[in-house]
Amino acid sequence: MTHRTVEVPVIARVEGEGALHLKVRDEDIQDLRLEIYEPPRFFEAFLVGRHFSEVPDIVPRICGICPVAYQMSAIYGLERLFGVEVPAGTHELRRLLYCGEWIESHVLHVFLLAAPDFLGLHDAIELAKTQPDLVKTALGIKRIGNDLMEVIGGREIHPVSPRVGGFSKAPRKRDLEPFLPRLEWALAQMPGIADLVATLPKPELPRPAEMVALVHPDEYAINEGDLASTSGRKFTAASFEEVSREVHVEHSNALHSVMIDTETPYFVGPLARVNLNARRLTPVARECAERSGLHVPESDPFFSMAARVAEVALAIEESIRLISDYVPPEPPMAEVEPRAGRATWVTEAPRGILYHRYDVEEDGTIHAAKLVPPTAQNLRHMEEDLRTFIPGVLDRSDEELTRLCEMVVRNYDPCISCATHFLRLDIERT
Amino acid sequence: MSDSDKPRVAVFKMASCDGCQLQLLDAEDALLDIAGAIDIANFAEASSNMQPGPYDVTLVEGSISTPEQIEQIEEIRRQSKVLIAIGACATSGGVQALRNTKDLGTFVRTVYPTPEFVKSLETSTPVADHVQVDLELTGCPIDRGQLLATLTALLAGAMPRVSTSPVCMECKRRGYVCVMVAKGEPCLGPATRTGCGALCPGLGRGCYGCFGPSQPPNTDALGERFERLGLTPRQAADRFRFITGWAPAFREAAEALEGEGGGKKKEVAPR
Repeated sequence: MTHRTVEVPVIARVEGEGALHLKVRDEDIQDLRLEIYEPPRFFEAFLVGRHFSEVPDIVPRICGICPVAYQMSAIYGLERLFGVEVPAGTHELRRLLYCGEWIESHVLHVFLLAAPDFLGLHDAIELAKTQPDLVKTALGIKRIGNDLMEVIGGREIHPVSPRVGGFSKAPRKRDLEPFLPRLEWALAQMPGIADLVATLPKPELPRPAEMVALVHPDEYAINEGDLASTSGRKFTAASFEEVSREVHVEHSNALHSVMIDTETPYFVGPLARVNLNARRLTPVARECAERSGLHVPESDPFFSMAARVAEVALAIEESIRLISDYVPPEPPMAEVEPRAGRATWVTEAPRGILYHRYDVEEDGTIHAAKLVPPTAQNLRHMEEDLRTFIPGVLDRSDEELTRLCEMVVRNYDPCISCATHFLRLDIERT
Repeated sequence: MSDSDKPRVAVFKMASCDGCQLQLLDAEDALLDIAGAIDIANFAEASSNMQPGPYDVTLVEGSISTPEQIEQIEEIRRQSKVLIAIGACATSGGVQALRNTKDLGTFVRTVYPTPEFVKSLETSTPVADHVQVDLELTGCPIDRGQLLATLTALLAGAMPRVSTSPVCMECKRRGYVCVMVAKGEPCLGPATRTGCGALCPGLGRGCYGCFGPSQPPNTDALGERFERLGLTPRQAADRFRFITGWAPAFREAAEALEGEGGGKKKEVAPR
């Protein structure tokens, strides 16, 4: 019998705090738990009693990396409940703002958080020493995403202009037009980045999986659409809680999601979106997917990085289109009259579908709230990935095993701040 | 990275959204310059190379909200020459301090089906409530320029100073039309310190207090003004009781307003 204990206290390069506990005896996994020790902050509780108009200022505080996602799921849901007709051009400006967040979040993950793994480095600063031009290009593309969010929302972290009813102020066309040459430059970099992703040494984790994403008849769904899964499910945001259920497990301050009927986990995010929306990919995004070896159907989570790169290209192409066609909404905001009822909505956060539900009183006061972030939906699936993956790599050194486990987790770009509302690796081999 | 002659900098996170430390990663080009001048000894979000203390400069994001975090912040203090609290959570408890005036048990039951699995303190409090803090950078999130200026000053051996004047001053400097005067929109700008560049009034809406109370904050007059705009005492109190609502000046302002009998009533909120 072999006895080994490995301990790594904090899983790095993820957003938020968590740990992985692994107990191995000979070739058997005795215990495996993703522990979420990110402290709970009780957003769903203190939303109760607040006015609906404050919600777009409260919910982005769940996550500094995807604040727009939180704002959009809330705003769209509340507007639908209240029957608000937003000014022409509002949806397009919101999609542009969300594209900025996809670019910023995906580039941050691919280059600053994930790429060092594939090259056996500690961080992007080490990467910058060996490949300075690559890191500069990546940071330049990321900057465009941040700047788009800033020009539309006032700042990239916790934007202030998005309101229920529209925007407190909309940018002028001449504020957005200077982005066009920068976006064209960024788009020209993407095929080369996809080629690079194709050359990175990548573990394999082929296993069947149910993936869920928004789908829309006319566009690659971000803000609007219905839900679909690779197993053939079709449902709407209004029926989300009849399809997916959260399970509370003792080792986690984040809840785990499973399908109610089959009790099985599912996964959301860029790879799910590419699988379910492959026909809606824009031309350079499609080229990037092909160059990086991503052909649908593909459920190996190690293709998530390729999916993210394709989606950066898509967000750039969409931004070019949206800015070229931009006509500022006038006035920037519609009048909003609250009414009692239940607001539900799903948008595609960078990490996958984000569900919000608000029960609202007649005067616009929030009576109850439920938020199901993408990372919480992915947690059970991450644990199952590890169970599938670890037996094949048990011959590796403790250091190497740790690195590989972290890569499995990082495929999901987990945002633990969101999910708790994740990772310390603790391997015990006996 | 291990350069013994460079200042050792660490970044830690308590209860928060990651947004303030993300300001460092969002500094991009400047980040690479700073990375050349310092030894990033511990920054879990950015690097898997996490070294033990002591550290020359430590940035702490987030509020203290669990029993473990009290022990952790005490150890961080022991390991740090200069301790800087960054952001609304670390300096005033953050938006999650909205729970401080409520019963935690109700909150836990609202969010988690099995409340006994959750370990949490009754309150979410700023770092300075637990250990000595050498400098506070407020904001939700902190301002990137302010953070870089602070690090640059510290690298030069100086203790940086942070402005505590109100957002109103910034609006005047920038020539913004006052949203409270022109639109009758409640704005926390007269009592909130600048740092954001008067972002909200510049975008046609009222300030909601991200950078915390200015010095001195004339909250009494502002509360009265809110009531003259037609807000009920509860609505006026909720203006103060928000992102930095646990900061003493805002907390007292909210309590004073609700003490006038408005707290218990259920009112129609403004649009």
